[in-house]
Amino acid sequence: MHTTDIQPEIYNFVVENFLFGKADGLAADDSLVGKGVIDSTGVLELVSFIQERFGIRMEDQEIIPDNLDSIRNLVTFITRKRQQS
Amino acid sequence: MQVEEFLERSAQQDPQKIALICGSARYTYQKIEEASNLLAHALVSSGVRRGDRVVIILPNSLEAVLAIFATLKAGAVFVVLNSTTKADKLAYILNNCRASAMILGARTMAAISGCWTDAPHLQSAFLVGGTEADLDLIRSAGKKAFSFDEVQRQAGNRLPPIKKCIDIDLAALIYTSGSTGRPKGVMMTHLNMISAATSITTYLENRADDVVINVLPLAFDYGLYQLLMMFKVGGTLVLHDSFAYPNVVLDKILQEGVTGFPIVPTISALLLQMNLSQYTFPRLRYITNTAASLPVEHIRKLRSLFPNVKIYSMYGLTECKRVSYLPPDQIDNRPASVGRGMPNEEVYVVDSEGNRVGPGVVGELVIRGANVMKGYWELPEETDRCLRPGPLPGEKVLYSGDLFRTDDEGYLYFVGRRDDIIKTRGEKVSPREVEEVLYALDGVAEAAVIGVPDPVLGSAVKALLTLRPGANITSQDVFRHCSSRLEDFMVPKLVEFCESLPKTESGKVSKRAIKERASKFDATQALSPSE
Repeated sequence: MHTTDIQPEIYNFVVENFLFGKADGLAADDSLVGKGVIDSTGVLELVSFIQERFGIRMEDQEIIPDNLDSIRNLVTFITRKRQQS
Repeated sequence: MQVEEFLERSAQQDPQKIALICGSARYTYQKIEEASNLLAHALVSSGVRRGDRVVIILPNSLEAVLAIFATLKAGAVFVVLNSTTKADKLAYILNNCRASAMILGARTMAAISGCWTDAPHLQSAFLVGGTEADLDLIRSAGKKAFSFDEVQRQAGNRLPPIKKCIDIDLAALIYTSGSTGRPKGVMMTHLNMISAATSITTYLENRADDVVINVLPLAFDYGLYQLLMMFKVGGTLVLHDSFAYPNVVLDKILQEGVTGFPIVPTISALLLQMNLSQYTFPRLRYITNTAASLPVEHIRKLRSLFPNVKIYSMYGLTECKRVSYLPPDQIDNRPASVGRGMPNEEVYVVDSEGNRVGPGVVGELVIRGANVMKGYWELPEETDRCLRPGPLPGEKVLYSGDLFRTDDEGYLYFVGRRDDIIKTRGEKVSPREVEEVLYALDGVAEAAVIGVPDPVLGSAVKALLTLRPGANITSQDVFRHCSSRLEDFMVPKLVEFCESLPKTESGKVSKRAIKERASKFDATQALSPSE
């Protein structure tokens, strides 16, 4: 799966699950916590989605804003992890 | 004495001491004192007078801290709201307290656009960040609009305005969920807040070398008091925006040599899911918990993870800030207890006639002390229901609405609430408030909201709905509808569609019967937003 395929899938997951289908102009670089899209339990939901959907095991140390806090960070992180495996 | 003197005295005693850390930025007491004085003068110039209410709607940040102290310095009453507060509720609160000024962030602008014309008493707004176009938008609704950042850049007066208040004047209104469905403004005087902060810093043994990390919103009194208490003792507050990324918070605790970590049960549930073996926290002196009681299992695990850290199990009500704390040396002996009254406060359990009862008897908890609020803002009947005559002529004591019993040595045990308020993620949710929003969704015939046990949230908000014939509503529709009208923590996590809801003999929806049914309900049938 290429970056181009991952992006819409992540975007749809975030919009469907945290914004309940209403994108509200969410941009790829928007901070998900900063914009109030997700909170602590949202981060956990995001982590389990990544683990299950992309078969990536996330260590506690990887659950950081650099990897998760925007659509772009998520896509970069997942792409990198998939290349490593 | 007044609450802003916590800052003023600490700034006088040790001006170069680091008072506040936000992200990588560090601010001294002198910097915060001068910056809040600048803002206080700007508030006064904009028309804010003694006793006026100033609504602050900002994320945890330097600007939020400045806004709180500047409001006090201007002789006004601060009203801090969650930065996720939606337009309807904000408009209600602006009108309920007749706020004369609002201090807000650019991010909030879009979410609350309609409020400007709906709040006739509002005279001015101070905007953090944002553009000239945002300021023009506010001005077009007939309000004065100022750039917060511009106020800080101007060469204004860096000394505090002349004090006009006395300590029985109001310092804050803290809005809390009421069983009626509308938020109520808890009136706290300077004396109330100073008394509570003094009692708490006494039993926590806070000192100037304490460094406390706060991940809780300042709109939540537990978060707010971390700021007030650190400034009172001349300590350092590490202000963080949330616990969304636990590792970032734990790294911060290590980096900054944090000595105090206030948590709620949801944070403890998240911490206990992590592998903490690589962490040691040599400087961490205490962890406090309140908002909802920690499950005994959490306490035992926290004790083994942090063997050298004092764990304070506490219980509080916005109406008096804090009620009780369990001395840490008692936590292994009676982990289910929330302890005893604070220093300079008396707490006791009474029967339905108001007579004090002995150990083991369940009754309502009553609180007596200078920390007890003045009442609910402009709600005399609700105030009279919970502030009732005390032992001295003319005195009022606080009836908590919570049922407790004590053991033989007087330690308190929480039994249950008298009303049906749900505690989720440490925040109070009024089922009525959520039900009213649900009834506004086209096609909903009946709605009932209850709390169901949840390992992370404490209680999860669950909505049970019956639909009108022909209505076609999905759980996603319900989540979307609620999330645009309610703060995040109030949005139901679970929705169940029912053929009918059980009723009492008088025809009202029976919450008791629903809860009994819910405890038998197969959780796999429920739909959550992640499914």
